[in-house]
Parts: sequence; C-alpha cells; structure tokens
Amino acid sequence: MTSTPFRPRDWSSHPSFVDPRADGYRSSALRGPTKPLIPIRQSLSELTGPVYGHDSVGELDGDLTRNGRRNGEPLGERIVVTGRVLDENGRPQPNTLIEIWQANAAGRYLHKVDQHDAPIDPNFFGGGRCITDSEGRYRFYSIKPGAYPWGNHPNAWRPNHIHFSLFGPAFATRLVTQMYFPGDPLLALDPIFTGIPEAARDRLVADFSIDVTEQDFALGYVFDIVLRGRGTTPMED
Amino acid sequence: MALKQTPSQTVGPFFAYGLTPEQYGYDLTSVADGAVRDDDTAGTHIRIEGRVLDGRGDVVSDAMIEIWQADAQGRYAHPDDPRGSNAGFTGFGRQGTGTDLQSRFRFDTVKPGVTEDGSAPHVSLIVFARGLPSHAYTRIYFADEAAANATDPVLSQVPAERRETLIAQRTDTSGVPTYRFDIHLQGDNETVFFDV
Ligand SMILES: [Fe+3]
Repeated sequence: MTSTPFRPRDWSSHPSFVDPRADGYRSSALRGPTKPLIPIRQSLSELTGPVYGHDSVGELDGDLTRNGRRNGEPLGERIVVTGRVLDENGRPQPNTLIEIWQANAAGRYLHKVDQHDAPIDPNFFGGGRCITDSEGRYRFYSIKPGAYPWGNHPNAWRPNHIHFSLFGPAFATRLVTQMYFPGDPLLALDPIFTGIPEAARDRLVADFSIDVTEQDFALGYVFDIVLRGRGTTPMED
Repeated sequence: MALKQTPSQTVGPFFAYGLTPEQYGYDLTSVADGAVRDDDTAGTHIRIEGRVLDGRGDVVSDAMIEIWQADAQGRYAHPDDPRGSNAGFTGFGRQGTGTDLQSRFRFDTVKPGVTEDGSAPHVSLIVFARGLPSHAYTRIYFADEAAANATDPVLSQVPAERRETLIAQRTDTSGVPTYRFDIHLQGDNETVFFDV
C-alpha cells in the first residue's frame, strides 16, 4: 500500500514529559519517561486507528446541560462550545470522535476520588461526546466549569477548563488536551498550562464569541483543534 | 504547513467518568473497554494484563491505557487497510488502572496476526496518566514469537538491552493464555517509548 505518514509530533508545541521547573507540575517528576524516544517509521499500525461514527454517540451525549438531569436544570452559566478539528495542512477532520469531561459550576467533579469540598450538582454529570461533521465542526452545550484546588503547591487552583480527547484519523493523531477560558487570572499561575511552550499556550484558550452566543440561553466559545497532518512524501512500501 | 498542532495536556486524575465510565461505575456508556473481543471472535483468545509503575517503582492507579491491534489475520479495522477486516473486531481497547486492587489494566482480546511482511505480531499501546503532560506510545510484543521478534524492523531499532521491556511474558494462570506487560514510566528498566 501507499500511505502518507503523519508529520512528527511537534515538541515545540507540546509539554515535555518531565516538567523541568522547580515550581512546575510536580507529579510529572516520577512519571515522565526520561530516556530519549526511539523514532520509528510509521507503519499500518500507526497510520490506522479506531473508527467511530455517528452511531457511537447518543442523542444527548453532546448536551451536558441535559444528559445528567434528574429533577431539574444544572446550576451555573450555560455555555456552547464549538469549533473545527483541522490538521496541520488546514484540512477539516470529519467523523472524528471528541470526548469531553469537566467539573461542575462549583469546581467539583462527580469523580469518586475528588475530595474538593464543593457541592455536587445532582443534575450535572460532566461527561459527553460528539462526532465532527463533514466540515470538521463540533458543538457541545454545557455549564461553565468552576476552578478547583489541587495539591501541586500551596494554594494551587486549576483554571476553569474542559478536558478534550480526540482520535483523528489514526493512532498517530491521538490527542488529549484541555480547553481554557479567555481572561482567566489563574492561567498564568497554573503549572499544567504554563508547562506548554510559551508560543503554543494561546492555542488552548478558547475565544468568546457573541455570534456563537445564543440569545437568552448560553454564552458562546470557539475552540479550534489542530491534529497532526500528513506530510508531503508518500511512504514507499 | 498552515497550522500548528494543538498542545497536549495530561488526562488528569478525573478522566474516569468521561473516558472509562462503565468500568468505574458511572452512568454513561463507554465507547471502549477491556473486552476487545467477543466469545466468538476468530483467533486465539488471549488476555493482556499489567501495571504502570513510576520512577520509584510505585504502581500508578490513575493511568489509562489504550491498545490498538490487528485481528488474528493481521488486518486492521480501518479503511486504509486494503485487505478488509474481520467484522465485529474493532481492535481498540481502553482501560483505567483505578478499579483493580493491584492497579492492573486487563484486556481480553485475540493474538494479533502479522500486519506487514517481516514484522512480528504486536499491539500498539498509548499510556495516559495524571502527571503525564503528553501521552507516550509503545508496543507489546509476545515472548512466544521469538523468531518473528528477531526480524521485526521496529524491535531491531531498539538497543538490544532494552528490547525486553517490549516483550510480554506468557503466564497461563487464569485458564486463558495471559501475557504480562508492565509499563515502567521511568527508571533503569524504563519501557521503550516511541516517537511515532
Ligand atoms: Fe480537570
């Protein structure tokens, strides 16, 4: 077969495995690999990946304002988050699965090990997913997540964020990331965010958009995501 | 190249109800779990299990493992594999390490076939974890495929003294052929990770 390999992971865009800063992301110190990665030629094993279609997503999966309701509406500021999934060549990535999870408006995850003493919202689950359309577009409805404390350093707080997991067309294009909100004063203090090379950080901050904002319903944010794209030289095989 | 890659971020400690909800008992269906095969999937039924260990040798109980593999005939369930694929075998599995008392991940799957001439049977694997800002790629090879492993083009790029970190050892304690694959994120025995 002939298939064009993907461009390498751009390490000027991604955080390093071990945060080198003394006041950085502490738990990376014992968890990040320290030996050099071994480069390999992309074979079918890397050029293929799991395929998910619209049948893998339920009707309410993309609406976190509704998928966890028990006896009323979830509390907090309703948001709509939309954007396009593209590759480095600017090509839209259709039919790609996006999974998201986040804290509720009070900064509390439903997760059993989240010990933060903030209220659980009985009508908010905080997880969902959707599939990009033919133009690579996605859309979620949710509640703006609250900030929450964590144990990295004294008085450490995570900025408001939504976790994103994307597949793209191949195992090589897999990406797990976090979307942040514009103007958040915690961003500059967050070692997970500032662990990203400086020039690349803005790419994780969504834009507020009055055009996406829905009258009398939800504030709109735009967050585009760029996955690895194929290079120019087809692989000889 | 018009655009720059979106930076990676850690999966964090609280991925479970978004990515592995059924395994952890949350009220959302999972897109994938540790059951990669059905009872009637063609091929040799096997189990792959292991742990993720940090640089101090402590088990990591908030990691997530994803595997991607071909079917027993070496075919991927993907349109770019021109050979077509086994109906019903997706080859994709996902497991968190937080529900087992020993923090193991466990996949019930089939032994993959040979995907390309000269390559040995293998399973591709991604490690995600709290504390891992970017995910890490590795591969599982099988100890009982020594002849094929000896000629595999990827294994031969790995320094000989580190190849063992990629070879799952067979133990048949649970009635089904079981391959043990521990992942060492750091340390003398650090698993080989690939720049894919
Ligand atoms: Fe979080």
